[in-house]
Amino acid sequence: MSKYLLDKFLFTIDRDPALVERYRDDPAGTVAWWEAQEANRILNCTTDERSTWLAFTDEERDVLVRQDHVRLFEMGAHPFLTLTLFIAMFERDHGPLEYQIAYGKAMEHITLPYPDIAT
Amino acid sequence: MAQVVAVIASTHHPFYYRASTSTGADRPPFADEWVSKIETFRETLTRARPDVLVMVGSDHFHQLWLDNMPQFLVGKAPFYDANWYNEEREFGLPRMTLAGEEDLSQHILRNGLDAGFDLAFSNELRIDHSITCPIITLRPEHDLPIVPIYTNIFAPPLPQPKRFVELGRTIRQLVEAWPDDRRVAIIGTGHLSLELGGPRQFGPHGPDPDFDRKAVDWIARGDLEGCLAEVTLDSLHTPGNATHGFMDFMLMMGVAGDGVAADHVDSLDLFHTMEAYFTWYPEGAPA
Repeated sequence: MSKYLLDKFLFTIDRDPALVERYRDDPAGTVAWWEAQEANRILNCTTDERSTWLAFTDEERDVLVRQDHVRLFEMGAHPFLTLTLFIAMFERDHGPLEYQIAYGKAMEHITLPYPDIAT
Repeated sequence: MAQVVAVIASTHHPFYYRASTSTGADRPPFADEWVSKIETFRETLTRARPDVLVMVGSDHFHQLWLDNMPQFLVGKAPFYDANWYNEEREFGLPRMTLAGEEDLSQHILRNGLDAGFDLAFSNELRIDHSITCPIITLRPEHDLPIVPIYTNIFAPPLPQPKRFVELGRTIRQLVEAWPDDRRVAIIGTGHLSLELGGPRQFGPHGPDPDFDRKAVDWIARGDLEGCLAEVTLDSLHTPGNATHGFMDFMLMMGVAGDGVAADHVDSLDLFHTMEAYFTWYPEGAPA
């Protein structure tokens, strides 16, 4: 399991307005495209240099397709990345702070210590 | 040599800008009290008449990413653009450009390296709300040159709390040894107890009011001994999963000095997190 790759997905989707909308509207298609085209792109290069080894596990792919923020937390994805992206996608469908409060309530069964987020 | 005319530590709340500028039905009920406290806090910097600001904060996965993550980084550039698309989107923060004080950056880098801190540097740094929030609250004209210093409180493995304190002490010494006669304020922002993306987020108060009371007391009294005796990388998970940002407060306690009480202390209990504001005047309170 690669927490790094989950984080890389959340990070690269969050910082691109078009990708935020694409992931909201078509989670399965976006995850499949991203894993095929973007997962191995080295972000800090000016040219298209790539790694050769990054891929999701079946569980990671599934949790991203289902947009399951609770499981992402349990798997150790960075909670700031998940929260920021999910607010961008879903806050608009709710009243002020409703989404953020419901987001936390869906996790109320999770107790300390939380899953390790170190990558 | 340069004078450190103020040391300032505060939380950085990205909602302040929107809360303070909203009107009518959009203005939250706590906005007026918040603005009043911030205006008082701002005056503590204004009175010190600074020429240069050293700004300590932490990038929130904007420019610094897991493929290349520094623990401590000093900006060295003539200008810093500020705020990012997702901060505009979520918090309504404005874009801005701040001038840089490259000579002080160079001084801190060279002498910080020689003092035992292997500081990373950046010649093109776009700063985020950890630095622009205190600009908005304390110096909204953003007319003074800055030296941004980033710490990693965000992407483990993190440096130990005592390392933040030691860096703070070193920054104070380095600024005081800068061969320049300007007046420098050292400003840093962090968090009290805070939960982001976990079950305790966005509650009616911060996730751990007891920790917050204790933390405010440590900072107000400059009680580094008491703070370091209780705070560890592990212990900071308990008050909330983003509470490692408290280590930037510990850094600022290192800047202010062991056992040095703050000259201005204020706090504001808000939903989600407690705000806290501290100012020290190393050379005595200005007239």
